[in-house]
Amino acid sequence: MIPATFDYQAPTTVEEALHLLESSEDAKVLAGGQSLLPVLRMRLAAPDLLVDLGGIDELRGVRDAGDAIVIGSMTPHQIVLTDPLVAEHAALLTKATARVADPQVRRRGTFGGSLAHADPASDLPACALALDAEFEIAGGEGRRTVAVGDFFEDIFTTAIGDDEILTEVRIPKHTGWGAHYEKFVRIAQQWSIVAAAATVRVIGGSIAEARVALTNMGSTPVRSQAVEQALIGIAPVDEAVREAVAGIAEGTHPPTDINGDDAYRRHLAPVLARRAVLAAAG
Amino acid sequence: MTAVEDRPSTEVGRARYRKEDDRLITGRTRWTDNLTLPGTLHLAMVRSPIAHARITSVDADDARQASGVIAVLTGADLAEEQGELPNAWMLTPEQKAPAHPSVAVDRVAFAGEIVAVVVARSAAEARDAVELVDVEYDELPVALDLKAAAADETLAHPDLGTNISAVRTFDSAEENTGGDVDEAIAKAREGGIVIEREYRQQRLIPAFMEPRSIVVDPTGEQLTVWSATQVPHFVKIFISLVLGVPEHKVRVIAPDVGGGFGGKLQFTPEEVLTVIAARRTGRPCKYTESRSESMMAAHHGRDQWQTLTLAADRDGTVTGLKVELLADMGAYLGLVTSAIPFLGALMFNGIYKFPAYRWTCTNVFTNKTWTDAYRGAGRPEATFAIERLMDELAAELDMDPLEVREKNWIKHEDFPFTTVSGLHYDSGNYEAATAKAKELFGYDELRREQVERRDRGATVQLGLGISTYTEMCGLAPSRWLGSNGYVGGGWEHGSVRILPTGKVEVVAGTSPHGQGHETAWSQIVADRLGVPFEDVEVLHGDTQIAARGLDTYGSRSLAVGAMAVLAAADKVIEKARPIAAHLLEASPDDLEFSEGQFQVKGTDTTKALGDVAFAVFQGHDLPDDVDRSLDADATFDPDTFSFPHGTHLCAVEVDTETGGTTIRKYVCVDDVGAVVNPLIVEGQVHGGVVQGVAQALFEEAVHDDAGTLVSGTLVDYLVPSAADVPSFDTDRTETPSSTNPLGVKGVGEAGTIASTPAVVNAIVDALRPMGVNDVPMPCSPHRVWQAIQSASTGGAA
Repeated sequence: MIPATFDYQAPTTVEEALHLLESSEDAKVLAGGQSLLPVLRMRLAAPDLLVDLGGIDELRGVRDAGDAIVIGSMTPHQIVLTDPLVAEHAALLTKATARVADPQVRRRGTFGGSLAHADPASDLPACALALDAEFEIAGGEGRRTVAVGDFFEDIFTTAIGDDEILTEVRIPKHTGWGAHYEKFVRIAQQWSIVAAAATVRVIGGSIAEARVALTNMGSTPVRSQAVEQALIGIAPVDEAVREAVAGIAEGTHPPTDINGDDAYRRHLAPVLARRAVLAAAG
Repeated sequence: MTAVEDRPSTEVGRARYRKEDDRLITGRTRWTDNLTLPGTLHLAMVRSPIAHARITSVDADDARQASGVIAVLTGADLAEEQGELPNAWMLTPEQKAPAHPSVAVDRVAFAGEIVAVVVARSAAEARDAVELVDVEYDELPVALDLKAAAADETLAHPDLGTNISAVRTFDSAEENTGGDVDEAIAKAREGGIVIEREYRQQRLIPAFMEPRSIVVDPTGEQLTVWSATQVPHFVKIFISLVLGVPEHKVRVIAPDVGGGFGGKLQFTPEEVLTVIAARRTGRPCKYTESRSESMMAAHHGRDQWQTLTLAADRDGTVTGLKVELLADMGAYLGLVTSAIPFLGALMFNGIYKFPAYRWTCTNVFTNKTWTDAYRGAGRPEATFAIERLMDELAAELDMDPLEVREKNWIKHEDFPFTTVSGLHYDSGNYEAATAKAKELFGYDELRREQVERRDRGATVQLGLGISTYTEMCGLAPSRWLGSNGYVGGGWEHGSVRILPTGKVEVVAGTSPHGQGHETAWSQIVADRLGVPFEDVEVLHGDTQIAARGLDTYGSRSLAVGAMAVLAAADKVIEKARPIAAHLLEASPDDLEFSEGQFQVKGTDTTKALGDVAFAVFQGHDLPDDVDRSLDADATFDPDTFSFPHGTHLCAVEVDTETGGTTIRKYVCVDDVGAVVNPLIVEGQVHGGVVQGVAQALFEEAVHDDAGTLVSGTLVDYLVPSAADVPSFDTDRTETPSSTNPLGVKGVGEAGTIASTPAVVNAIVDALRPMGVNDVPMPCSPHRVWQAIQSASTGGAA
């Protein structure tokens, strides 16, 4: 289908992009377009201006920042997937990115675009939550940093304001942590029905630290510190982990749709969490 | 002895790459949407978002004023001109159907129905103007649930007075093809066994790759119509009948067409409206649907409730089957909507020879997109039912499901065989196909593994599913069609022309849309005429070139269409014979034709067919009474259907914690008669199996309570890709058909018909010890998990 008419601008600096956003009543940021373009083509949205961030070099790439790695918001998934810094210090992102859509989408779609879109069924928000990511957001007033706990506000809603841009994401290093993203889908090219993101540090045969978060168990990603606490000190074996993650769906509000109802998702969550933790520890 | 063995067979049977693949795979070809004629106008449709409503007003004033808009046509504008869309099959003489307009006039009956047409200078302007058309609706109650609709709880068409379109029945006792099924069931209730089940065939969306597209050029002497259709000859005659354009003033071209699966076996509202727009504006007009429109408004498939009663002796011998079908027509009858469940009803007996059969088929209207042919068209539904029942019978009797089948199937020495529903099966060897499949599969070993997993209570259980199917191909003997309510015939037409340089043009009345006819027909004709494969060109799909034909559907093209081509080739040889004799100064009776040469018997004097063609072209030295051409036409009308068959075996791993299923191994041994091109057969089986697996596991058209299609995009309607299926182990047996000189049967639908019950049987087999005996399709993880939950709480389905 053909989208409604819109203007298109491709600035080369963040400042220019911010000016463009402020200049328009109803502008949208184009950050790869893998979610936005279908929405436009189906005429579910009709912005008057698209501001394409693809020409801003500053927003692209992965760098070492001491105790963290920093991923530019316009870094394509494929770069994240193959980046050695990410693999070494944030293996969970490598594992999860491998399950994002398909190779074509991964070459067009971007890390920051996916996080800013905040689809509850998309794979990266839960990983960002598990890894304690921080988000740098640029606006007219300058740049500010938002912790992941404050970033995802609701379905398709984040702390990024109308005239703001997500510039980069800071991921504290989880060097030496095992990781696994257990994504449950019916066909390969599908959004998660439910998924569990786990990254753990195993010392001397028992779990020393653990981070576990869930995809599509509510309007925003869910992380259970109670489960993470329960995992500490146990051996990464089936029975013990099963017990530790048993309550992970408590307090969640998963959706009901044609792939399953809320009760089924509550059932899946601990199963997938257990498998994710065991695989991460293995 | 078959004709195949009668002559040198260098091309037929050879696994050739398809000559059409380069252009089809790269897309660098003439798809309809690629055609842009000078001055083309573009159409966009205003469609109802509501499933059932009176249209109280259509305000198109703003749209008419919009940039680039030439016209906006509403139902009121077109009420007279648009005529009525045809249904071509009277399932019963009393069949009821609502009037079927291309654009709704005062009422819409499904979500997606067209309520106005915008014609504009560009596709974008047309689409923009659609947003400006203001339609007011007065909503009416919706008939959505098939069972409730069958009880006339809410009427899909209030003026019709009922939702029942037709009820057709068959009883083997009344038709003298077998015994009384009630007696068989009564007897089985005493000392035998009765299996009663109810199965749902969910609604599917054909989801062909190329959306439907139409270009109409009204500027020539003939109205020229390009359409992404399976049936250009149907489109031509219906444009004439529905719109009053004299038939000789219409030319229809189906250029390369990107898939159909029955979904393009239709005469569509969009075709009618594009013709009308071109006629009214006097300019070329184009309409190409979006994927969303295709999902919503192109006809759907399947959608049945099946109530089944199977009677058997305690030794597993089936004694009778009763089938009660409720079939969802959707809101209207398309071309052959009413016949789809009927074509299946003839086949619920499958490969088995039990003595008593009764079916009742009730066709029901609802406020959903209308249904019609979709790959297999009734036969997948029938095969699913009987193959599920055979597994259920085996389980109830604690027998091996293969053993139960073997006890009941028609033995190879019984062919030709007239079934309890009165069909004449040409040939088959179920024993051979099954033995081969069993060995390839490692059946016994997998059974042992299944027991081992059950014994240790493994989380991931293993199930083995069987499907021993047959299907009815080669649609269709014209007499049979006539006596069963269809308005058209089932013959096919072909022409062969030898050009002056010896090259060959073949004109086929069938109209491929991905099947590889150009390659297969070239192989057949190359063999018959003794010319190189590369010297044969196959033309089709343009009514100006292929003037006669009945197009491609129902696995008919090879078994019917290629036979007409073959007969035309034979005629060409016989036309050339007296000329060759003249040139060789011999008697025609003394000539033998072999490998492209006429040879005087007992000598080494020869004349090539190409040389004869050149002599004909010159006309300098010919006998007086011969035609000045080596062209010939022929038709073929089959005496009966052909019945390919096969045995498909599927091993599925079921994760009992999540309900997730994974196909671990899939073996199919198909018997499609003689094979022209093994590579094409292989491709048809692969694609077909995936499409059947899709029904078992993934695909379902879901509507909400208001009748809106929820699974309206490919995000929600799950079409599997190569990543979702295993590699298939395919093999064949070859039992030639006795219905045609090549011994071929047809392979277009085999995989789809066979695979659905193989997969579901495997899932149920994995879970049976837990008390599960059914999982509704598609067997999503959620549904598998629910089946396990409900069985473990004592509420087995």
